[in-house]
Amino acid sequence: MRIVVLVKPVPDPASGGERLGANGRLDRAAVPAVVNGNDEYALEAALKLTAAAPEGSEVTLLSMAPASAPETLRKALAMGATRGVHVTDPALAGSCAVSTAKVLAAALKQLEFDLVLAGVDTSDGLGGTVPAAVAAYLGLPFLSYAARIEPDEPAGTVRVRRISPTGYDLLEAPMPALISCTQALGEPRYPTLKGIMAARSKEIATRSLADLELDPSTVGGAVATTQVLATKVPPARGATEVVRGTPDEGATRIVEFLAQRRII
Amino acid sequence: MSGDLTSEERLLQATAREFAIRELAPGAIERDESERYDRSLFTKMGELGLTAAPLPESVGGAGFSYLGWTLVMEELGAVDMAMAVSLSVHLLSQYPVVAWGTPEQQARWLPAMLSGEALGAFALTEPHAGSDAAAIRTRAERLGPADAPEGYRLSGTKIWISNAPEAERYLVFATLDPALGSKGITAFLVEKGTPGFRFGAHERKMGIRACPAAELVFDGAEVPVANRLGGEGEGYRIALSALGEGRISIAAACVGIARAGLDAAARYLTERHAFGAPLVEQQGLRFMLAEMAREVAAARAVTREAARAKDRGEPIAEASSIAKWTASDAAMRVATDAVQLFGGSGYSRETGIERLMRDAKGAQIYEGTNQIHRLIVADEVLRSIGG
Repeated sequence: MRIVVLVKPVPDPASGGERLGANGRLDRAAVPAVVNGNDEYALEAALKLTAAAPEGSEVTLLSMAPASAPETLRKALAMGATRGVHVTDPALAGSCAVSTAKVLAAALKQLEFDLVLAGVDTSDGLGGTVPAAVAAYLGLPFLSYAARIEPDEPAGTVRVRRISPTGYDLLEAPMPALISCTQALGEPRYPTLKGIMAARSKEIATRSLADLELDPSTVGGAVATTQVLATKVPPARGATEVVRGTPDEGATRIVEFLAQRRII
Repeated sequence: MSGDLTSEERLLQATAREFAIRELAPGAIERDESERYDRSLFTKMGELGLTAAPLPESVGGAGFSYLGWTLVMEELGAVDMAMAVSLSVHLLSQYPVVAWGTPEQQARWLPAMLSGEALGAFALTEPHAGSDAAAIRTRAERLGPADAPEGYRLSGTKIWISNAPEAERYLVFATLDPALGSKGITAFLVEKGTPGFRFGAHERKMGIRACPAAELVFDGAEVPVANRLGGEGEGYRIALSALGEGRISIAAACVGIARAGLDAAARYLTERHAFGAPLVEQQGLRFMLAEMAREVAAARAVTREAARAKDRGEPIAEASSIAKWTASDAAMRVATDAVQLFGGSGYSRETGIERLMRDAKGAQIYEGTNQIHRLIVADEVLRSIGG
């Protein structure tokens, strides 16, 4: 099983210091970068799938990111990914989702894989459109909001449980396919200390737009289809009441709470 | 402050921080309150590789620098000093086997300890031999011919042995003859369950209550010669050789305590209002905060410098004593001020702030009292001028 995981370095959400620069783009120097949280879930799923069938298996990280990305990708390599491919080019600063998807699709054309996994969205942009767009550019089946991934290698198919408002849908597609991954797939592992040391010798290959045979005038900030005009911090949440006790007591208190506010 | 760390060291630091916050923080207050050692947490440390972090790859360790180890201990100490001490002692009991063990002893003793399946303890202290470690009275009596002993029979009592009775593997120091002083001391690898080896009273401690400590009683326990670490009479050197590392390790955990006190106090001062304004508006309290920050920075600096000296292969007697003395005093002062700044909330056992103070106090006493460290530092200063 050969899996490519799309990985994005994002400003550490725990730092609380995300901000936009004067040009309306995320100020990536302001806050230390971490691997996007949902991407770690996708990577965890990939590592479990390849561990189940290790013969000829590999997990490749693919990231379109500024030049400093390898430092962040090390963590994903330490978790167990086999190698990384880092697409970076000065022309890519300020890329919109369409550009990003075009570039990732071009990079994927140069890789061999059975599955591409991606987090459902990233904590910086939160658009959640890139995975579907990559699938569209490559003509791959797109299975979204995966809570479970079950490949059948001999049959060349993959089954996915897609989270729906009422439960889940069961999807099946031929491989190769692209799957967007949710946190229901299971907690990502910690990088072990031996994994951290082993990651030192793992390869992160760098690819420029020229390497991907992409014309710099067709992607990047200059041709961005969207622009961030302003951002606003959501208002702080009001006080939270935690209801403890037996289920009966809890239910009684919740009914009271809702009734007081004339919600029920 | 972290500018000189390698990419691996930064990742190690981030991993230890995440592990401490996610795994150790949730039950830390409860474990302290009930004096409960949660072995599953130690097992998780083993799965992660913390139990082997600074040991060389040649014996199956992860091969991190000692500077890297101080990053781990700072993160663990900031959240749960009891588990930090337990892990530090586990490492302390492995260093001598790495440095002095035969390949056969290393192959037999280390793998289960490196992986965290077996927990280790370091048994030196006795009722009449704390700081004066050369005065131990636990006897090792030769079995078989004196020039080719087949084994040793151990008799005596050890106290304050951290990780006992939970630990499976004990590095025990005993003397062939108390009249020989430090030259009679010999080191032995002793497994829990050895006939004639049992546990006495459990220590009831002020702090690090979730890290067990107990008395060991040797009543004619026989150990084969294959379990003698180093030669007869080499035990004192073996014990001292590991203590430097142990002191840097505890110093780093103390930096963690101090940092936790500082961070918690800073947050509290911004949140707590009195006289119509956040407490942080009071200049007198800001001064306290600044002094706490200075203590943390200074303690971290001497601790990391001692670790770097070890990584460079330099002697660490003076540097490790300065680090442990400075950092444990810093932890005590900062934790005391943190309790003061939190007021009644800090004095309450519900918030975990008074725990920092209780945990810090012990670190001024164990791994060499801070008075012993003054003597060591003075000795080294005098030695440096040929005195």
